[in-house]
Amino acid sequence: MSMHIPSVLDPAASAKAALPDSILDTHEYANQLTLIVKPSDIVSVARYLRDTKGLIYNYLSDISSVDYYPDYNRPGRFGVCYHLYSMLYNRRLSLKVFLQEDEPVVPTLTALWEAANWLEREIYDLMGIAFEGHPDLRRVLLPEDWDGHPLRRDYPLGYETVMFSFNKDEINQHKPYAKE
Amino acid sequence: MGVVSSKMGNLGMVTTTLDEAVNWARTGAMWPLLFGLACCAIEMMSTQGSNYDLSRFGMELNRASPRQSDLIIVAGRVTRKMAPVVRQLYDQMASPKWVLSMGDCASCGGVYNNYAVVQGVDEIIPVDVYVAGCPPRPEQLIHGIMTLHEKVRGERVLERINDR
Repeated sequence: MSMHIPSVLDPAASAKAALPDSILDTHEYANQLTLIVKPSDIVSVARYLRDTKGLIYNYLSDISSVDYYPDYNRPGRFGVCYHLYSMLYNRRLSLKVFLQEDEPVVPTLTALWEAANWLEREIYDLMGIAFEGHPDLRRVLLPEDWDGHPLRRDYPLGYETVMFSFNKDEINQHKPYAKE
Repeated sequence: MGVVSSKMGNLGMVTTTLDEAVNWARTGAMWPLLFGLACCAIEMMSTQGSNYDLSRFGMELNRASPRQSDLIIVAGRVTRKMAPVVRQLYDQMASPKWVLSMGDCASCGGVYNNYAVVQGVDEIIPVDVYVAGCPPRPEQLIHGIMTLHEKVRGERVLERINDR
């Protein structure tokens, strides 16, 4: 008796048919499909793609985020991109949500994939996007008392003037050397 | 070293100054802390390996506890999150203690001129010797250690006691 593998479905067409209000747009670049999803519906879309026969996008490879500041020609300043992989059909799919500058909040995917926990914490830490319903939304890379979110494009890089022989006296005056 | 009283047939006595004897002991077995932060630590390990053989200078033994070590080699970039940890390790070391800043990143931030990296470990702990290089070769690190030994040999024991 051989194992029965359901035949492959087209992710864009089937998701649009099943959840017409949640899929705002599709986008294809270099043979990689991206579904633009309504932020409030990301959990139901991800669950549909994970559990539907013929799709089975059962592995969350990564979550990334983008800051389009300052001149964003897009529906929102921030983008959060979920990279899914189907281990059964060996193919990939991206989901993307756009978030507004004044309230960058999106529901968490930790209920579907445990792996989303730290990925979302990293985005919260470095990009300042909050994940609603996340069980443990703390900073993961930076110290707890850090101010701001460094991967935002309006965050200062913290560059210090490089010391050469012509300006070393000036820099030595204000550099906070340890005394003891 | 002073006069050996070999003419008397007694080879068991040497006269010297206290500073010289103490500093001879301190440079003869200056145990580094088992501590590395980045790629410089790889060169540090190579220095301790058989090719460069840091045990020639009595330093092959890395102590895993700051309480038992005399020297902290800051080998790699110190991030702002790591900085309190480095300072705590330094504070836990027993006097006399020395600091060697290995490589560009530990000395001045190196190529990491940004918000996340401390621009020189001397902002958090006092450094005795800086070793340039990215990363420094084992020869350079050994030269830095020799320079530190030279510095230690010039120290007065009483001054150091009064300092701490």
